[in-house]
Amino acid sequence: MSTATQAANQTLIHIEQLNLYYGTYHALKNVNLTIPEKAVTAFIGPSGCGKSTLLRTLNRMNDMIDGTRIEGLVSMGGTDIYSSDVDVETLRKKVGMVFQQPNPFPKSIYDNIAYGPRLHGIKSKSQLDEIVEQSLKQAVLWDEVKDYLKRSAFSLSGGQQQRLCIARALAVNPDVLLMDEATSALDPISTLKIEELVQELKNKYTIVMVTHNMQQAARTSDQTVFFLNGEMVEFDQTETLFSNPSDKRTEDYITGRFG
Amino acid sequence: MIKRREFDTGLEELSSLLQEMSAHVEHALIESLESLKTSDIERAKSIIAKDAELNELENKIMDIGSRLILTQQPVAKDLRRILVSFRISSDLERMGDLSIDIAKVVVRMNGEPVMKPLIDITRMVEIVQQMIAESTKAYNEENVDLAYKMAKDDDMVDQLYGQIIRELMSFLVEDPHKASQVMNLMFVGRYIERIADHATNIGESIVYLVTNERPDLNS
Repeated sequence: MSTATQAANQTLIHIEQLNLYYGTYHALKNVNLTIPEKAVTAFIGPSGCGKSTLLRTLNRMNDMIDGTRIEGLVSMGGTDIYSSDVDVETLRKKVGMVFQQPNPFPKSIYDNIAYGPRLHGIKSKSQLDEIVEQSLKQAVLWDEVKDYLKRSAFSLSGGQQQRLCIARALAVNPDVLLMDEATSALDPISTLKIEELVQELKNKYTIVMVTHNMQQAARTSDQTVFFLNGEMVEFDQTETLFSNPSDKRTEDYITGRFG
Repeated sequence: MIKRREFDTGLEELSSLLQEMSAHVEHALIESLESLKTSDIERAKSIIAKDAELNELENKIMDIGSRLILTQQPVAKDLRRILVSFRISSDLERMGDLSIDIAKVVVRMNGEPVMKPLIDITRMVEIVQQMIAESTKAYNEENVDLAYKMAKDDDMVDQLYGQIIRELMSFLVEDPHKASQVMNLMFVGRYIERIADHATNIGESIVYLVTNERPDLNS
């Protein structure tokens, strides 16, 4: 599966000599990486290794943190996303994000999904209905909520809320979906549902996930990147990285002998 | 480096069980040869009776390996070490069975003395014995060179086997009454040759363990 994906898919995101500093702290050190489109790429590594930081550079979430300085290139579909003429709002529409804790808005299920499309100027009721239904179907939540669309999003279980957040991200028709530990607060069944969903979604979207769960990376991703102390140590097909890592540090980490 | 105590203990258990299986096979092979040389039916029978112990060891390896996969989610070389222990134990189990087959020949010959000194067959067994020792050493030291050397040992065993067949054929031409014993000795040669092939498989498993590649050393 993974070899075919890599061979068939074009590079969507290109990262070149990326350095990121939080004040004086050097959080990402000279990262070079290409992420193929319509595939799942997982970032793994111990806490503080820079994986979430790198994920957040992909939709410029780090811009919100004071004292952040970035050098190097991050391009998406050929566009340098840090170029001064890039509109960050448009970028974030193209690059959706799902977080560790489900964060639905204190609104109805329907309004959660319709929020983004409305923000981007869609007013027609029938068009919004269509988007809500399609997004919820893509997130495999439709059947569970179709009769309760006016209910508060908080009435849903944690796993359902997380799928609602995925549906909300999909509603604005993104290219990329970033998932930052998106299942770590969920029970095993909900986790499995999200993992299954990811396999569906990768046919249409480019997915980049950060996970502490190595079995999850092994199960769901096509490529895996291992980070340590802000450095990218190894990037390979998931199957290769988990069966025959080329760097000793990767092997120590994935076999649980890191220290 | 952090030690994963329970997991590493499990891997050590697998390693020592494999060593125990090797020792068992080596003993069965040597005893079978000695019983053949001395036409000692009782000695042959006592080897046959011990076969169950070898199967028991193989089952233990399956149990421990499955438990480690289930509870420890091993990856990379850790996973290969367990997969390889399954393969090696099944090769050793077959090697044990083939040694028993030699002992069964002794029982079938029913005390009839061998018609000639078993020089080449003894030489084959010595090489196989060396291969068994090499396989244990190569596994413990993750020594790929030694694993490849075992393939060369196997070539020598094959050569001796060819030689034995030719020699036995000439006996058959000389005296057709010897057909029964000639057939039995041919089987013995064949069993030892098969044991060497399984030992070569173990070499392949060790190369896979260390390099994640699957060579064909038996070709």
